[in-house]
Amino acid sequence: MIQVRGIHKSFGEQHVLRGIDVDFHEGQCNLIIGLSGSGKTVLLKSVLGLHSVDQGTISFDGRVLGDMGKKEVKVLRQEMGMVFQGSALFNSLTIAENVRLPLDFFGDMTEAEKDERVRFCLERVRIDPESFSKTPAELSGGMQKRVAIARAIVLNPKYLFCDEPNSGLDPETAIVIDQLIHEITHEFGMTTVINTHDMNSVLEIGDHVILMEKGVKAWEGTMEEVMDSDDSAVVEYVFRSNLFKKLRAALKKA
Amino acid sequence: MIYRFLDGLGRYFLFLGEVFHKPEHGREYLKSFFRELELLGFSSIALVSFISVFMGAVLTIQTAINLDDPFVPDSYIAIAVREGIVLEFAPTIVSLILAGKVGSNIASTLGTMRVTEQMDALRVMGINPASYLVLPKLFACLLFNPILIVFSMALGLVGGYYAGDFLNLVNTEVFLSGYFMEFNPFYIVYSLTKATVFAFIIATVSAYFGYNVEGGAVEVGKASTKSVVAMSFTIILFNYILTDLLLQ
Ligand SMILES: Nc1ncnc2c1ncn2[C@@H]1O[C@H](COP(=O)(O)OP(=O)(O)OP(=O)(O)O)[C@@H](O)[C@H]1O
Ligand SMILES: [Mg+2]
Repeated sequence: MIQVRGIHKSFGEQHVLRGIDVDFHEGQCNLIIGLSGSGKTVLLKSVLGLHSVDQGTISFDGRVLGDMGKKEVKVLRQEMGMVFQGSALFNSLTIAENVRLPLDFFGDMTEAEKDERVRFCLERVRIDPESFSKTPAELSGGMQKRVAIARAIVLNPKYLFCDEPNSGLDPETAIVIDQLIHEITHEFGMTTVINTHDMNSVLEIGDHVILMEKGVKAWEGTMEEVMDSDDSAVVEYVFRSNLFKKLRAALKKA
Repeated sequence: MIYRFLDGLGRYFLFLGEVFHKPEHGREYLKSFFRELELLGFSSIALVSFISVFMGAVLTIQTAINLDDPFVPDSYIAIAVREGIVLEFAPTIVSLILAGKVGSNIASTLGTMRVTEQMDALRVMGINPASYLVLPKLFACLLFNPILIVFSMALGLVGGYYAGDFLNLVNTEVFLSGYFMEFNPFYIVYSLTKATVFAFIIATVSAYFGYNVEGGAVEVGKASTKSVVAMSFTIILFNYILTDLLLQ
Protein backbone atom coordinates (compact mmCIF):
# COMPACT_ATOMS: atom_id res chain seq x y z
CA MET A 1 0.00 0.00 0.00
CA ILE A 2 1.15 3.50 -0.78
CA GLN A 3 0.10 6.16 1.73
CA VAL A 4 0.08 9.79 0.69
CA ARG A 5 -0.35 12.28 3.51
CA GLY A 6 -0.81 16.01 3.20
CA ILE A 7 1.36 16.67 0.16
CA HIS A 8 1.71 20.13 -1.31
CA LYS A 9 3.57 21.05 -4.46
CA SER A 10 4.05 24.45 -6.07
CA PHE A 11 5.81 25.55 -9.23
CA GLY A 12 6.78 29.15 -8.55
CA GLU A 13 3.56 30.98 -7.75
CA GLN A 14 1.37 28.16 -8.95
CA HIS A 15 0.10 25.96 -6.14
CA VAL A 16 -0.60 22.71 -8.02
CA LEU A 17 -1.14 20.14 -5.25
CA ARG A 18 -2.95 21.56 -2.21
CA GLY A 19 -2.86 18.95 0.51
CA ILE A 20 -3.66 15.46 -0.66
CA ASP A 21 -4.35 12.44 1.54
CA VAL A 22 -4.92 9.18 -0.25
CA ASP A 23 -4.16 5.48 0.01
CA PHE A 24 -3.36 3.36 -3.03
CA HIS A 25 -4.30 -0.23 -2.28
CA GLU A 26 -2.39 -3.38 -3.01
CA GLY A 27 -3.65 -5.70 -5.72
CA GLN A 28 -5.93 -3.02 -7.12
CA CYS A 29 -6.06 -0.56 -9.97
CA ASN A 30 -6.18 2.84 -8.29
CA LEU A 31 -7.49 5.32 -10.85
CA ILE A 32 -6.90 9.04 -10.60
CA ILE A 33 -9.39 10.96 -12.70
CA GLY A 34 -9.96 14.67 -13.13
CA LEU A 35 -9.96 17.50 -15.61
CA SER A 36 -6.89 18.45 -17.57
CA GLY A 37 -4.63 20.56 -15.37
CA SER A 38 -6.07 19.27 -12.10
CA GLY A 39 -2.64 17.96 -11.12
CA LYS A 40 -2.86 14.25 -11.89
CA THR A 41 0.53 13.97 -13.53
CA VAL A 42 2.17 16.11 -10.86
CA LEU A 43 0.66 13.86 -8.16
CA LEU A 44 1.91 10.74 -9.91
CA LYS A 45 5.39 12.14 -10.42
CA SER A 46 5.52 13.32 -6.82
CA VAL A 47 4.67 9.85 -5.57
CA LEU A 48 7.39 8.47 -7.84
CA GLY A 49 9.87 10.94 -6.43
CA LEU A 50 10.42 12.65 -9.79
CA HIS A 51 9.13 15.88 -8.22
CA SER A 52 10.22 16.75 -4.71
CA VAL A 53 7.19 17.77 -2.65
CA ASP A 54 7.08 20.95 -0.55
CA GLN A 55 5.20 19.35 2.32
CA GLY A 56 3.79 16.00 3.35
CA THR A 57 4.91 12.39 3.28
CA ILE A 58 4.65 9.44 0.94
CA SER A 59 5.26 5.96 2.26
CA PHE A 60 5.57 2.64 0.48
CA ASP A 61 4.46 -0.16 2.79
CA GLY A 62 5.76 1.82 5.73
CA ARG A 63 8.95 3.07 4.09
CA VAL A 64 8.86 6.84 3.95
CA LEU A 65 10.26 8.44 0.80
CA GLY A 66 12.71 11.11 1.91
CA ASP A 67 13.69 9.33 5.16
CA MET A 68 15.48 6.61 3.28
CA GLY A 69 19.17 6.20 2.66
CA LYS A 70 20.58 5.90 -0.84
CA LYS A 71 20.63 2.11 -0.71
CA GLU A 72 17.01 1.85 0.36
CA VAL A 73 15.93 4.29 -2.35
CA LYS A 74 17.69 2.12 -4.86
CA VAL A 75 15.86 -0.97 -3.65
CA LEU A 76 12.58 0.94 -3.81
CA ARG A 77 13.33 2.12 -7.36
CA GLN A 78 13.63 -1.46 -8.47
CA GLU A 79 10.21 -2.17 -7.02
CA MET A 80 8.64 0.56 -9.17
CA GLY A 81 7.62 0.46 -12.80
CA MET A 82 6.23 3.33 -14.80
CA VAL A 83 4.37 3.53 -18.09
CA PHE A 84 4.68 7.06 -19.44
CA GLN A 85 2.05 8.93 -21.38
CA GLY A 86 4.08 8.86 -24.59
CA SER A 87 5.57 5.42 -23.81
CA ALA A 88 9.07 6.94 -23.47
CA LEU A 89 10.79 4.00 -25.11
CA PHE A 90 14.47 4.57 -25.84
CA ASN A 91 14.54 5.07 -29.57
CA SER A 92 18.18 4.11 -30.01
CA LEU A 93 17.46 0.62 -28.65
CA THR A 94 15.43 -2.24 -30.07
CA ILE A 95 12.22 -3.45 -28.43
CA ALA A 96 13.99 -6.33 -26.71
CA GLU A 97 16.85 -4.07 -25.56
CA ASN A 98 14.36 -1.59 -24.14
CA VAL A 99 12.75 -4.25 -21.99
CA ARG A 100 16.13 -5.69 -21.11
CA LEU A 101 17.73 -2.46 -19.92
CA PRO A 102 16.44 -2.61 -16.31
CA LEU A 103 17.65 -6.22 -16.10
CA ASP A 104 21.09 -5.25 -17.38
CA PHE A 105 21.32 -2.59 -14.73
CA PHE A 106 19.75 -4.29 -11.76
CA GLY A 107 19.00 -7.93 -12.39
CA ASP A 108 21.49 -10.51 -11.15
CA MET A 109 20.60 -12.93 -13.89
CA THR A 110 22.61 -14.80 -16.47
CA GLU A 111 22.27 -13.72 -20.09
CA ALA A 112 20.04 -16.69 -20.85
CA GLU A 113 17.77 -15.93 -17.92
CA LYS A 114 17.51 -12.30 -19.06
CA ASP A 115 16.55 -13.39 -22.58
CA GLU A 116 13.93 -15.66 -21.11
CA ARG A 117 12.52 -12.94 -18.86
CA VAL A 118 12.39 -10.41 -21.74
CA ARG A 119 10.60 -12.93 -23.91
CA PHE A 120 8.16 -13.78 -21.12
CA CYS A 121 7.26 -10.13 -20.49
CA LEU A 122 6.89 -9.25 -24.17
CA GLU A 123 4.73 -12.29 -24.78
CA ARG A 124 2.68 -11.45 -21.72
CA VAL A 125 1.74 -8.15 -23.37
CA ARG A 126 1.21 -10.00 -26.67
CA ILE A 127 4.08 -8.68 -28.72
CA ASP A 128 5.06 -11.28 -31.28
CA PRO A 129 8.72 -12.34 -31.51
CA GLU A 130 9.15 -10.86 -35.00
CA SER A 131 8.91 -7.40 -33.46
CA PHE A 132 11.58 -7.99 -30.78
CA SER A 133 14.38 -6.65 -32.95
CA LYS A 134 12.46 -3.68 -34.35
CA THR A 135 12.97 -0.15 -33.11
CA PRO A 136 10.16 1.69 -31.29
CA ALA A 137 9.56 3.96 -34.30
CA GLU A 138 8.57 0.90 -36.34
CA LEU A 139 5.67 0.03 -34.01
CA SER A 140 2.17 1.47 -33.76
CA GLY A 141 1.21 3.58 -30.73
CA GLY A 142 -0.72 0.71 -29.17
CA MET A 143 2.22 -1.67 -29.55
CA GLN A 144 4.58 0.91 -28.09
CA LYS A 145 2.32 1.15 -25.05
CA ARG A 146 2.44 -2.58 -24.63
CA VAL A 147 6.23 -2.62 -24.87
CA ALA A 148 6.30 0.17 -22.27
CA ILE A 149 4.19 -2.02 -20.00
CA ALA A 150 6.54 -4.95 -20.57
CA ARG A 151 9.51 -2.77 -19.66
CA ALA A 152 7.72 -1.52 -16.55
CA ILE A 153 6.99 -5.02 -15.24
CA VAL A 154 10.26 -6.70 -16.20
CA LEU A 155 11.75 -6.38 -12.71
CA ASN A 156 8.54 -7.72 -11.18
CA PRO A 157 7.63 -4.46 -9.47
CA LYS A 158 5.42 -4.10 -6.42
CA TYR A 159 4.22 -0.71 -7.61
CA LEU A 160 3.11 0.11 -11.12
CA PHE A 161 2.36 3.65 -12.30
CA CYS A 162 0.68 4.55 -15.58
CA ASP A 163 0.15 8.07 -16.88
CA GLU A 164 -2.82 7.98 -19.24
CA PRO A 165 -2.01 4.55 -20.61
CA ASN A 166 -4.70 4.70 -23.28
CA SER A 167 -4.51 8.28 -24.48
CA GLY A 168 -4.19 8.46 -28.24
CA LEU A 169 -5.43 4.92 -28.77
CA ASP A 170 -8.61 3.78 -30.51
CA PRO A 171 -11.38 2.59 -28.15
CA GLU A 172 -10.75 -1.06 -28.83
CA THR A 173 -6.99 -0.92 -28.23
CA ALA A 174 -7.64 1.24 -25.18
CA ILE A 175 -9.78 -1.50 -23.65
CA VAL A 176 -7.14 -4.10 -24.44
CA ILE A 177 -4.47 -2.02 -22.68
CA ASP A 178 -6.73 -1.36 -19.69
CA GLN A 179 -7.53 -5.01 -19.31
CA LEU A 180 -3.90 -5.95 -19.67
CA ILE A 181 -2.94 -3.63 -16.82
CA HIS A 182 -5.84 -4.92 -14.75
CA GLU A 183 -4.90 -8.55 -15.31
CA ILE A 184 -1.26 -7.96 -14.52
CA THR A 185 -2.15 -6.05 -11.37
CA HIS A 186 -4.28 -8.87 -10.02
CA GLU A 187 -1.99 -11.62 -11.28
CA PHE A 188 1.07 -10.24 -9.51
CA GLY A 189 -0.65 -8.42 -6.63
CA MET A 190 0.78 -5.05 -7.56
CA THR A 191 -0.21 -1.66 -6.25
CA THR A 192 -1.16 0.06 -9.49
CA VAL A 193 -1.83 3.77 -9.88
CA ILE A 194 -3.30 5.00 -13.15
CA ASN A 195 -4.03 8.52 -14.39
CA THR A 196 -6.83 8.65 -16.86
CA HIS A 197 -9.43 10.79 -18.62
CA ASP A 198 -11.27 7.82 -19.89
CA MET A 199 -14.63 7.10 -18.19
CA ASN A 200 -14.62 3.77 -19.93
CA SER A 201 -11.50 2.78 -17.97
CA VAL A 202 -13.23 3.80 -14.77
CA LEU A 203 -16.06 1.39 -15.47
CA GLU A 204 -13.78 -1.38 -16.74
CA ILE A 205 -11.01 -1.47 -14.18
CA GLY A 206 -11.73 1.17 -11.49
CA ASP A 207 -11.18 -0.90 -8.35
CA HIS A 208 -10.53 2.33 -6.50
CA VAL A 209 -11.29 5.71 -8.06
CA ILE A 210 -9.94 9.06 -6.90
CA LEU A 211 -11.33 12.28 -8.34
CA MET A 212 -8.96 15.23 -8.40
CA GLU A 213 -10.14 18.80 -8.67
CA LYS A 214 -7.80 21.80 -8.75
CA GLY A 215 -5.10 20.09 -6.73
CA VAL A 216 -7.26 18.46 -4.07
CA LYS A 217 -8.97 15.11 -3.77
CA ALA A 218 -12.67 15.80 -4.37
CA TRP A 219 -14.01 12.27 -4.00
CA GLU A 220 -13.00 8.63 -3.81
CA GLY A 221 -14.78 5.31 -4.07
CA THR A 222 -15.24 2.22 -6.23
CA MET A 223 -16.52 2.10 -9.80
CA GLU A 224 -19.93 0.97 -8.61
CA GLU A 225 -20.09 3.93 -6.27
CA VAL A 226 -19.21 6.33 -9.08
CA MET A 227 -22.42 5.47 -10.89
CA ASP A 228 -24.59 5.89 -7.79
CA SER A 229 -22.89 8.84 -6.19
CA ASP A 230 -24.80 12.08 -5.72
CA ASP A 231 -21.65 13.93 -4.76
CA SER A 232 -21.63 17.18 -6.70
CA ALA A 233 -17.99 16.82 -7.82
CA VAL A 234 -18.66 13.39 -9.26
CA VAL A 235 -21.88 14.44 -10.92
CA GLU A 236 -20.16 17.42 -12.43
CA TYR A 237 -17.16 15.48 -13.73
CA VAL A 238 -18.64 12.16 -14.71
CA PHE A 239 -22.05 13.16 -15.93
CA ARG A 240 -21.15 16.05 -18.17
CA SER A 241 -21.66 13.97 -21.26
CA ASN A 242 -25.16 13.20 -22.44
CA LEU A 243 -24.34 9.55 -22.76
CA PHE A 244 -23.58 9.23 -19.08
CA LYS A 245 -26.51 11.44 -18.09
CA LYS A 246 -28.87 9.14 -19.95
CA LEU A 247 -27.15 6.05 -18.64
CA ARG A 248 -27.55 7.28 -15.11
CA ALA A 249 -31.18 8.18 -15.58
CA ALA A 250 -31.81 4.71 -16.99
CA LEU A 251 -30.00 3.08 -14.08
CA LYS A 252 -31.97 5.09 -11.53
CA LYS A 253 -35.23 4.03 -13.20
CA ALA A 254 -34.25 0.41 -13.17
CA MET B 1 22.51 39.71 -20.09
CA ILE B 2 25.68 39.32 -18.01
CA TYR B 3 23.56 37.88 -15.22
CA ARG B 4 22.03 35.36 -17.58
CA PHE B 5 25.44 34.36 -18.87
CA LEU B 6 26.83 33.81 -15.35
CA ASP B 7 23.70 31.95 -14.34
CA GLY B 8 24.07 29.66 -17.34
CA LEU B 9 27.75 29.14 -16.58
CA GLY B 10 26.93 28.15 -13.00
CA ARG B 11 24.31 25.70 -14.19
CA TYR B 12 26.76 24.28 -16.69
CA PHE B 13 29.23 23.47 -13.91
CA LEU B 14 26.49 21.95 -11.72
CA PHE B 15 25.54 19.86 -14.74
CA LEU B 16 29.15 18.69 -15.10
CA GLY B 17 29.03 17.68 -11.43
CA GLU B 18 26.07 15.47 -12.19
CA VAL B 19 27.72 14.01 -15.27
CA PHE B 20 30.91 13.06 -13.44
CA HIS B 21 29.30 10.55 -11.16
CA LYS B 22 31.16 7.34 -10.70
CA PRO B 23 29.37 4.88 -12.99
CA GLU B 24 28.04 1.97 -10.96
CA HIS B 25 27.31 -0.25 -13.89
CA GLY B 26 30.51 0.00 -15.87
CA ARG B 27 29.51 -2.65 -18.35
CA GLU B 28 26.39 -0.75 -19.42
CA TYR B 29 28.39 2.43 -19.83
CA LEU B 30 30.94 0.58 -21.92
CA LYS B 31 28.24 -0.85 -24.19
CA SER B 32 26.84 2.61 -24.64
CA PHE B 33 30.34 3.99 -25.27
CA PHE B 34 30.83 1.68 -28.25
CA ARG B 35 27.45 2.65 -29.64
CA GLU B 36 28.39 6.31 -29.38
CA LEU B 37 31.77 5.72 -30.98
CA GLU B 38 29.97 4.43 -34.02
CA LEU B 39 27.32 7.15 -33.93
CA LEU B 40 29.52 10.16 -33.21
CA GLY B 41 32.93 9.07 -34.46
CA PHE B 42 32.93 6.72 -37.42
CA SER B 43 30.02 8.45 -39.05
CA SER B 44 32.05 11.67 -39.32
CA ILE B 45 34.97 10.17 -41.23
CA ALA B 46 33.55 10.83 -44.69
CA LEU B 47 32.72 14.45 -43.94
CA VAL B 48 36.10 15.14 -42.35
CA SER B 49 37.92 13.49 -45.29
CA PHE B 50 36.08 15.55 -47.85
CA ILE B 51 36.67 18.81 -46.02
CA SER B 52 40.33 18.10 -45.30
CA VAL B 53 41.33 17.21 -48.85
CA PHE B 54 39.77 20.34 -50.28
CA MET B 55 41.03 22.52 -47.44
CA GLY B 56 44.59 21.37 -48.18
CA ALA B 57 44.08 21.95 -51.89
CA VAL B 58 42.82 25.49 -51.43
CA LEU B 59 45.66 26.30 -49.03
CA THR B 60 48.26 25.18 -51.57
CA ILE B 61 46.66 27.16 -54.39
CA GLN B 62 46.40 30.33 -52.32
CA THR B 63 49.90 30.07 -50.91
CA ALA B 64 51.43 29.24 -54.30
CA ILE B 65 49.76 32.23 -55.91
CA ASN B 66 50.80 34.57 -53.13
CA LEU B 67 54.39 33.35 -53.05
CA ASP B 68 54.80 33.28 -56.82
CA ASP B 69 58.38 34.54 -56.73
CA PRO B 70 61.42 32.83 -58.34
CA PHE B 71 63.44 33.41 -55.15
CA VAL B 72 61.00 31.52 -52.91
CA PRO B 73 61.52 27.77 -53.35
CA ASP B 74 58.45 25.58 -53.54
CA SER B 75 59.50 23.89 -50.32
CA TYR B 76 58.62 27.09 -48.48
CA ILE B 77 55.12 26.93 -49.90
CA ALA B 78 54.88 23.39 -48.55
CA ILE B 79 56.03 24.54 -45.10
CA ALA B 80 53.41 27.28 -45.05
CA VAL B 81 50.69 24.85 -46.11
CA ARG B 82 51.81 22.31 -43.52
CA GLU B 83 51.83 24.80 -40.64
CA GLY B 84 48.45 26.13 -41.69
CA ILE B 85 46.92 22.68 -41.69
CA VAL B 86 48.58 21.34 -38.56
CA LEU B 87 48.24 24.42 -36.39
CA GLU B 88 44.89 25.78 -37.34
CA PHE B 89 42.85 24.22 -40.10
CA ALA B 90 42.76 20.62 -38.91
CA PRO B 91 42.17 21.22 -35.20
CA THR B 92 40.06 24.38 -35.24
CA ILE B 93 38.08 24.29 -38.47
CA VAL B 94 37.38 20.57 -38.24
CA SER B 95 36.32 21.00 -34.60
CA LEU B 96 33.95 23.77 -35.60
CA ILE B 97 32.48 21.50 -38.24
CA LEU B 98 32.17 18.66 -35.73
CA ALA B 99 30.43 21.08 -33.38
CA GLY B 100 27.85 21.57 -36.11
CA LYS B 101 27.49 17.87 -36.87
CA VAL B 102 28.22 15.94 -33.67
CA GLY B 103 27.28 18.70 -31.22
CA SER B 104 23.90 19.44 -32.70
CA ASN B 105 23.26 15.71 -32.86
CA ILE B 106 23.99 15.37 -29.13
CA ALA B 107 21.84 18.38 -28.26
CA SER B 108 18.84 17.22 -30.26
CA THR B 109 19.13 13.60 -29.13
CA LEU B 110 19.21 14.56 -25.46
CA GLY B 111 16.55 17.24 -25.97
CA THR B 112 14.22 14.73 -27.57
CA MET B 113 14.83 12.29 -24.75
CA ARG B 114 14.00 15.03 -22.28
CA VAL B 115 10.71 16.13 -23.85
CA THR B 116 9.51 12.58 -24.52
CA GLU B 117 10.09 11.68 -20.84
CA GLN B 118 12.84 9.16 -21.63
CA MET B 119 14.98 10.91 -19.03
CA ASP B 120 12.22 10.47 -16.45
CA ALA B 121 12.00 6.84 -17.46
CA LEU B 122 15.69 6.43 -16.63
CA ARG B 123 15.29 8.20 -13.31
CA VAL B 124 12.36 5.98 -12.34
CA MET B 125 14.62 3.01 -12.98
CA GLY B 126 17.19 4.55 -10.65
CA ILE B 127 19.64 5.43 -13.42
CA ASN B 128 21.26 8.88 -13.38
CA PRO B 129 20.44 10.16 -16.88
CA ALA B 130 23.10 12.88 -16.90
CA SER B 131 25.90 10.47 -16.28
CA TYR B 132 24.55 7.47 -18.20
CA LEU B 133 23.73 9.49 -21.31
CA VAL B 134 26.55 12.01 -21.35
CA LEU B 135 29.67 10.19 -20.11
CA PRO B 136 29.78 7.69 -23.00
CA LYS B 137 29.28 10.51 -25.52
CA LEU B 138 31.97 12.58 -23.85
CA PHE B 139 34.52 9.77 -23.88
CA ALA B 140 33.64 8.89 -27.46
CA CYS B 141 34.38 12.49 -28.45
CA LEU B 142 37.54 12.73 -26.34
CA LEU B 143 38.91 9.59 -27.90
CA PHE B 144 37.74 9.98 -31.44
CA ASN B 145 38.00 13.70 -32.19
CA PRO B 146 41.81 13.77 -31.85
CA ILE B 147 41.98 10.74 -34.14
CA LEU B 148 39.79 12.55 -36.66
CA ILE B 149 42.04 15.60 -36.41
CA VAL B 150 45.21 13.59 -37.10
CA PHE B 151 43.41 11.97 -39.99
CA SER B 152 42.39 15.41 -41.23
CA MET B 153 46.01 16.64 -41.08
CA ALA B 154 47.18 13.72 -43.17
CA LEU B 155 44.46 14.14 -45.76
CA GLY B 156 44.96 17.91 -45.82
CA LEU B 157 48.62 17.43 -46.68
CA VAL B 158 47.71 14.90 -49.37
CA GLY B 159 45.12 17.27 -50.81
CA GLY B 160 47.64 20.10 -50.80
CA TYR B 161 50.21 18.00 -52.61
CA TYR B 162 47.86 16.82 -55.32
CA ALA B 163 46.45 20.29 -55.93
CA GLY B 164 49.96 21.57 -56.50
CA ASP B 165 50.71 18.68 -58.81
CA PHE B 166 47.44 18.67 -60.68
CA LEU B 167 47.36 22.40 -61.36
CA ASN B 168 51.09 22.54 -62.08
CA LEU B 169 51.65 25.18 -59.44
CA VAL B 170 54.77 23.69 -57.89
CA ASN B 171 57.68 21.43 -58.53
CA THR B 172 56.30 18.36 -56.76
CA GLU B 173 59.63 16.96 -55.56
CA VAL B 174 60.76 20.20 -53.99
CA PHE B 175 57.28 20.75 -52.57
CA LEU B 176 57.15 17.29 -51.03
CA SER B 177 60.58 17.73 -49.41
CA GLY B 178 59.22 20.92 -47.85
CA TYR B 179 56.63 18.93 -45.92
CA PHE B 180 59.49 17.31 -43.99
CA MET B 181 61.64 20.40 -43.40
CA GLU B 182 62.05 22.28 -40.13
CA PHE B 183 59.25 20.47 -38.44
CA ASN B 184 58.55 21.30 -34.80
CA PRO B 185 57.00 18.21 -33.17
CA PHE B 186 55.56 20.34 -30.40
CA TYR B 187 53.06 21.64 -32.93
CA ILE B 188 51.43 18.23 -32.93
CA VAL B 189 51.16 18.34 -29.14
CA TYR B 190 49.67 21.81 -29.36
CA SER B 191 47.23 20.72 -32.01
CA LEU B 192 46.08 17.61 -30.20
CA THR B 193 45.71 19.54 -26.96
CA LYS B 194 43.38 21.87 -28.80
CA ALA B 195 41.51 18.98 -30.35
CA THR B 196 40.97 17.38 -26.94
CA VAL B 197 39.80 20.58 -25.28
CA PHE B 198 37.47 21.28 -28.20
CA ALA B 199 36.11 17.73 -27.98
CA PHE B 200 35.30 18.33 -24.32
CA ILE B 201 33.58 21.59 -25.20
CA ILE B 202 31.57 19.99 -28.01
CA ALA B 203 30.34 17.07 -25.92
CA THR B 204 29.54 18.91 -22.70
CA VAL B 205 28.14 22.19 -24.04
CA SER B 206 25.81 20.45 -26.48
CA ALA B 207 24.77 17.97 -23.79
CA TYR B 208 24.05 20.82 -21.39
CA PHE B 209 21.73 22.51 -23.87
CA GLY B 210 19.99 19.27 -24.81
CA TYR B 211 19.63 18.06 -21.25
CA ASN B 212 17.90 21.23 -20.08
CA VAL B 213 15.28 21.54 -22.82
CA GLU B 214 11.81 22.30 -21.55
CA GLY B 215 8.77 22.08 -23.79
CA GLY B 216 8.43 20.26 -27.08
CA ALA B 217 9.92 19.66 -30.50
CA VAL B 218 10.28 23.38 -31.26
CA GLU B 219 12.36 23.91 -28.13
CA VAL B 220 14.56 20.96 -29.07
CA GLY B 221 15.36 22.65 -32.39
CA LYS B 222 16.05 25.95 -30.68
CA ALA B 223 18.31 24.31 -28.11
CA SER B 224 20.25 22.60 -30.87
CA THR B 225 20.82 25.92 -32.65
CA LYS B 226 21.77 27.70 -29.44
CA SER B 227 24.21 24.95 -28.58
CA VAL B 228 26.00 25.33 -31.93
CA VAL B 229 26.36 29.06 -31.35
CA ALA B 230 27.64 28.52 -27.81
CA MET B 231 30.08 25.81 -28.90
CA SER B 232 31.50 27.91 -31.75
CA PHE B 233 31.93 30.87 -29.45
CA THR B 234 33.65 28.79 -26.76
CA ILE B 235 35.89 26.99 -29.25
CA ILE B 236 37.11 30.24 -30.78
CA LEU B 237 37.71 31.71 -27.33
CA PHE B 238 39.68 28.67 -26.14
CA ASN B 239 41.57 28.59 -29.40
CA TYR B 240 42.91 32.02 -28.51
CA ILE B 241 43.59 31.15 -24.86
CA LEU B 242 45.39 27.88 -25.67
CA THR B 243 47.46 29.46 -28.41
CA ASP B 244 48.49 32.20 -26.04
CA LEU B 245 49.41 29.67 -23.34
CA LEU B 246 51.13 27.05 -25.47
CA LEU B 247 52.86 28.89 -28.27
CA GLN B 248 54.22 31.99 -26.59
N1 LIG C 1 7.33 21.01 -14.44
C1 LIG C 1 6.36 21.94 -14.28
N2 LIG C 1 6.67 23.23 -14.12
C2 LIG C 1 5.71 24.16 -13.93
N3 LIG C 1 4.41 23.89 -13.92
C3 LIG C 1 4.01 22.64 -14.07
C4 LIG C 1 4.97 21.58 -14.26
N4 LIG C 1 4.30 20.42 -14.38
C5 LIG C 1 2.98 20.74 -14.27
N5 LIG C 1 2.81 22.05 -14.09
C6 LIG C 1 1.51 22.72 -13.92
O1 LIG C 1 0.75 22.01 -12.98
C7 LIG C 1 -0.62 21.95 -13.36
C8 LIG C 1 -1.13 20.54 -13.33
O2 LIG C 1 -0.51 19.82 -14.36
P1 LIG C 1 -0.66 18.27 -14.58
O3 LIG C 1 0.26 17.91 -15.69
O4 LIG C 1 -0.51 17.54 -13.31
O5 LIG C 1 -2.17 18.16 -15.08
P2 LIG C 1 -2.93 16.86 -15.44
O6 LIG C 1 -4.05 16.73 -14.47
O7 LIG C 1 -2.02 15.71 -15.55
O8 LIG C 1 -3.52 17.24 -16.84
P3 LIG C 1 -3.66 16.34 -18.16
O9 LIG C 1 -4.90 15.54 -17.93
O10 LIG C 1 -3.84 17.33 -19.24
O11 LIG C 1 -2.44 15.52 -18.30
C9 LIG C 1 -0.70 22.58 -14.74
O12 LIG C 1 -1.31 23.85 -14.59
C10 LIG C 1 0.72 22.72 -15.19
O13 LIG C 1 0.89 23.92 -15.88
MG1 LIG D 1 -1.22 14.53 -17.19
